Formats: sequence, structure tokens, C-alpha cells
Amino acid sequence: MAINKDNTNRRKFLINSGAILGGVFATTLIKPFNAVIFAAEEPKKALPWYGVGIDIEKCIGCGRCANACKNENDVPREPFFFRNWVEQYTIKNDGSIKVESPNGGIDGFKQSVPDEEIFKTFFVPKMCNHCAKSPCEEVCPVGATFRSPEGVVMIDVKYCIGCRYCIQACPYGCRYMHPVKNVADKCTLCYHRLKKGLDPACMANCPTGARIYGDLHDKKSALVKFLKDHNCMVLKPQLNTRPKLYYNALAQEVR
Amino acid sequence: MVHDYSALYQALTKVDGYIYPNEIELNWSILIVLYPYITGLVAGAFILASLERVFKVKALKPTYVLSLLTALSFLLVATMPLISHLGQPQRFYEIMITPHSSSPMAIFGFVYLWYLMVVLLLEIWFDYRKDMVRWANEKKGVMRVVYRILTLGVNDVSPRALKLDEKIGYAITVIGIPSAFLLHGYVGFIFGSIKANPWWSTVLMPVIFLFSAMVSGIALVLFIYMVLTWVRRQKLDFLCLDTVAKYLFYILILDFTLESLDQIHRFYAAEESFEIISLLVSGKLDITLILMQVTIGTLIPLITLGILQFYKPKEQIRKFIYFILSIMVLIGIFFMRWNVVIGGQLFSKSFYGFTSFKLALIGREGFLMASIWIIVPFLILAFLLWLLPPWKKTESDF
Repeated sequence: MAINKDNTNRRKFLINSGAILGGVFATTLIKPFNAVIFAAEEPKKALPWYGVGIDIEKCIGCGRCANACKNENDVPREPFFFRNWVEQYTIKNDGSIKVESPNGGIDGFKQSVPDEEIFKTFFVPKMCNHCAKSPCEEVCPVGATFRSPEGVVMIDVKYCIGCRYCIQACPYGCRYMHPVKNVADKCTLCYHRLKKGLDPACMANCPTGARIYGDLHDKKSALVKFLKDHNCMVLKPQLNTRPKLYYNALAQEVR
Repeated sequence: MVHDYSALYQALTKVDGYIYPNEIELNWSILIVLYPYITGLVAGAFILASLERVFKVKALKPTYVLSLLTALSFLLVATMPLISHLGQPQRFYEIMITPHSSSPMAIFGFVYLWYLMVVLLLEIWFDYRKDMVRWANEKKGVMRVVYRILTLGVNDVSPRALKLDEKIGYAITVIGIPSAFLLHGYVGFIFGSIKANPWWSTVLMPVIFLFSAMVSGIALVLFIYMVLTWVRRQKLDFLCLDTVAKYLFYILILDFTLESLDQIHRFYAAEESFEIISLLVSGKLDITLILMQVTIGTLIPLITLGILQFYKPKEQIRKFIYFILSIMVLIGIFFMRWNVVIGGQLFSKSFYGFTSFKLALIGREGFLMASIWIIVPFLILAFLLWLLPPWKKTESDF
């Protein structure tokens, strides 16, 4: 008797289609978790992957960075909203720590601890860490916070619903609710300036060159050289947010 | 538009130690305290209902339908504090149509709709169908039309159809239990997953939220049952009251154990955030945590209910005790939510200081607005009880 070959072909076809469909289905199931699992992945394209270096030894606490940032980025002048600020750390002889940042350092600093009680004191400029695994981006319920291909974490203000979850999720206090726009706001590394080939406002206005930015992929960039020449640390490394803001001479007291 | 920053300037003078400059304003206020509170009441009330339906605790029969209607009334309001606290409330639907898959918050809309549509509405509908058919036949005029619409045209009340109703209703309750767990455990995860905040970031958070939800939901049904019986001048079913109180006692033990475990672990492990959290617990939260949540909301009810398991005073006294305890537990759980939400924002993520919080009277995030969101569910419940009176059902145990 003749065997109907078509039948086996059809079966093979069905098995293959099933496998393909199943594969597609499985991929779609896994894909949404990419953001959680592979967030640290850097782009393979030729784009730069930006990071920032801050040299604490060079910072004189003039606060011009914080002021320039407010001017450049439409940040309200009230002392509750900052994309960028400077902290003054004072470690006393008895081991206690005093931190101050009046108006984000914009008006400069006055040392409130008498000289004889000071063990050491220094300034720490703070800004968005543009984390490679940014918790703020992860928690945004609508995806209004996103990372540019260059690794800059930004907010789509036309899309943000203002739930403030990202502000809660940022371990560094770098986000705030814009009181006029009613959306979350944060440092964009002056992306609009970067695109024109200009430096971010805070860096362009730093009189001592305490902060630089650069391409972490480009082994010849100023930032990579900075990382090579100094022992740099990031803030709160235990949280595994993979910050791309590297500090030289970061004391253990800084949080 | 000129903004009034006086409250923030006021808060600036009250900063204790060092906080990041963006941390002066509390981002989540009383409305976000209400959100887990209300969803917790929903989940708890539903689980009480399922004790009767699935676990066959027949003594709870008088509270079964009441629990479901209570859960529905509160669930209908649950999203309101959330939406009204958004900076851009008109964009709230984005969370449904473009959810961001890695965000715990993005799934809320779906969990909520699942619970509302698949669990609560369906269960209540199957439970009431035969009664609605009957009412549609008995009533006249508008109400006849209303009940007719509510039956969705399914008028078959043959024994076979009723048996099917019963079966489907049972299946929905079985699905409903994990759903209730999901609804509230998930709300706990919204907080528990924030690694930036050591006061929130604990794996126990979803479990603690779940058990405190059950505690609050049971207390709420106990309270409503007593008030409703009093309003209707009926006699309380003491077997039912004692049984509800017994379950309240059991779950309160679990809740208290879990929360204690969480605190003991924090205390013993004494991680980086230990100093600031000790100061938070002993100083900033002394009234809301030590007095309101632990003493009034947990310890006194726990000890009283424990004694009542062995020694049963007269019904009049028991009634009075249950009534007072239900209110105390409801207040206690409210402050539990308060301590999580507000407490978690009082200390700086730099762990070097505190900001302060003062509840405004008026405004979107004010006390009056919050009161409205607590009162509205009771109005909805009153309406539902009028529309679907449990005591006029065919097999009423009310």
C-alpha cells in the first residue's frame, strides 16, 4: 500500500511552525525583563557612552556649578529644587560628621565648626550619577524616564504622569518634582549642549576644572585618563546601580 | 502662576541634621497613606468572605455578603487617592496603555481591574443573580428596569442554573483568594522593592502588608456588621461575632510576629542605616508607631482578644469590647500605613538627618480631602446595601 508522504511532511511542517511560534512566544516573554537583567549592557554602536569624573581635591565650594545649572535648565530658584548642588563635609576631631549645603552651595559656604575642632573638611559636588542600572528608570510606570543611547538618563516631560516613584527610587536624592511643570525633573548632563558640542553648564562654569565628562568607550578620552590616573570611587556601590559618576578622593563618610 | 513655597520654607527651618536639598518636600503624603490602607481593607474583607465560602466557616455566614459589598465599595475608591495625587492626573491612563514592564507600579492597573472585574463584580453578581431576578419580578417602575439590567438578561432560575451559579461563584472565590493576596502583597512590593530606602526595602514588606490588610479588613467588617445591625435594630449573631474576633486574633498574632521579626532583624543586623532608623523609630515616629500602631492598634487588641479566647464575659460587655477593638485596630493599621509611607520619607537617604512633615488641613493633599476618600466608600456601601440588601436575599442569614 502506498504511504501518504504528504502526511509526514505536514507533520514536520506543524512541528517546525510550532517550534518557531513557541520560540517567538518565549522571546516575547523574556524580552520585557531585559531592562532588569541586561540593563548594564552598553551599546555596541559607535556612540559615546558618557560618564562624569569629579575631582574632590579640586573643588573649592564656590557653587558656580549649581548656579549655572539653575540658569541653564530652568530649575526654580527656591532652595528646594536642585539638579546639581555642593555639599560641605566636616569631620570633627571627635569623629562626628557635619554636612551642610545651604541653598545647594549657590551662595557659597561659611565654616560653622571652629578651626581647632576640625579634623578635615572638603566639598563634594553632587549631581545625577547617570547610572547604567538606574533604579529611577526601572520604576517609572510609563517609561517616561529613559536612557539615551549615550547612557544619559532623561525624562520625557510630555509623558511623565508625576507619580514621583522615581524620586523615591533614586538613592542619591538627584530628582525633584518641578513645581511649575508638575513632572519629575533631573540632570540631563545638559544633553542639549552636548549635542551642540558644548560642555554641560556646570563644567563650563567650574573655575578649577574639578568636573569632566567623557566617553568611557574611548580609551583616549579625558575621562578614561582621569580614571586611570586616580583611584576613583562611586557613591553607594553596594546598591549595584552602576553609577557613571566617578569621584577622585572620595572619603568613606560621603553618602 | 505664583507658587506658595511658605510650607517648604517652614519645613526648611525644621530640618534636623543634613538632608539632600531635594528632600525637604515629602513626595508621598496622606493620599498615598490611604492607598495601601484602602486596598488593604478590600483584600482583608474579601479574605473574610472567602473563609465562609471556601473554608466553610459557617458561623461567618452573616458577614459573607457584607464583606463582599464592603470590599467592592472600598475598591471602587482605591484608585482615587492615587490618581488625584499625580502631578499630571489627566495622563493617568498612560499607565494602562503603555505600561513599563520593569516598574512595580505599572502593573497596578491590571491587578486592580482583574480584581474588580473578574473577582468581586462576578462573585457578587453570581451570588445575587437569583435574587435580582426575583426583585425584577416583584418590583415596579424604575427599580424593575434597574434589576432587569443588573441580571444582564440571564433570568433562568431553574435548580440546574442555580447550581451552576453556586459552582461558578465558588470557583471565583477560589481564584479570588490568591488574587486578594496578589492585590495587597503587590502593594507591599511597590514599597519593598525600593532599595534606595532601607525603611521600605525588606522582603517581608509584601507579607506584612498582606497580613495587616487581613487584620484591617476583618476589623472593618466587624465594625460595619455591628453598626448595621444596630441601625436595623436587629439582634447581633454572637457566634458570628466571636468567630470573626477569633480570626482577628489569629491573624493579628501573625501580623505582629512578622512585623516584630522585621524590626528585630533590623535591630540585630544593624546595617548602615541602623542609626538613622533607630532615631526615626524612637524619636520621629514615637507617637504614630509606638503609641498608635503598636500599643493602641496591636498590643491592647491582641491581649484583650487573647483573654476573650479563654474568658467570655456577658454578651453586652463583649459587644462593647469588640466594637472598641475594631476601631482601635482600624486606627492602628492606618498608622501602620502612615509609618511606612510618611516614616520612610522623614529621614534622608544620606542617613545624616531628617525632614519634617505637617499635614495640611485643606488642599489636594490635605486632611479634609483625605477624609472624603474615607467617607465616600461608606456612602457607596450604603447605596449598595440599599440596592442589594443582603437581608432580603432568599437564604438570608443576616
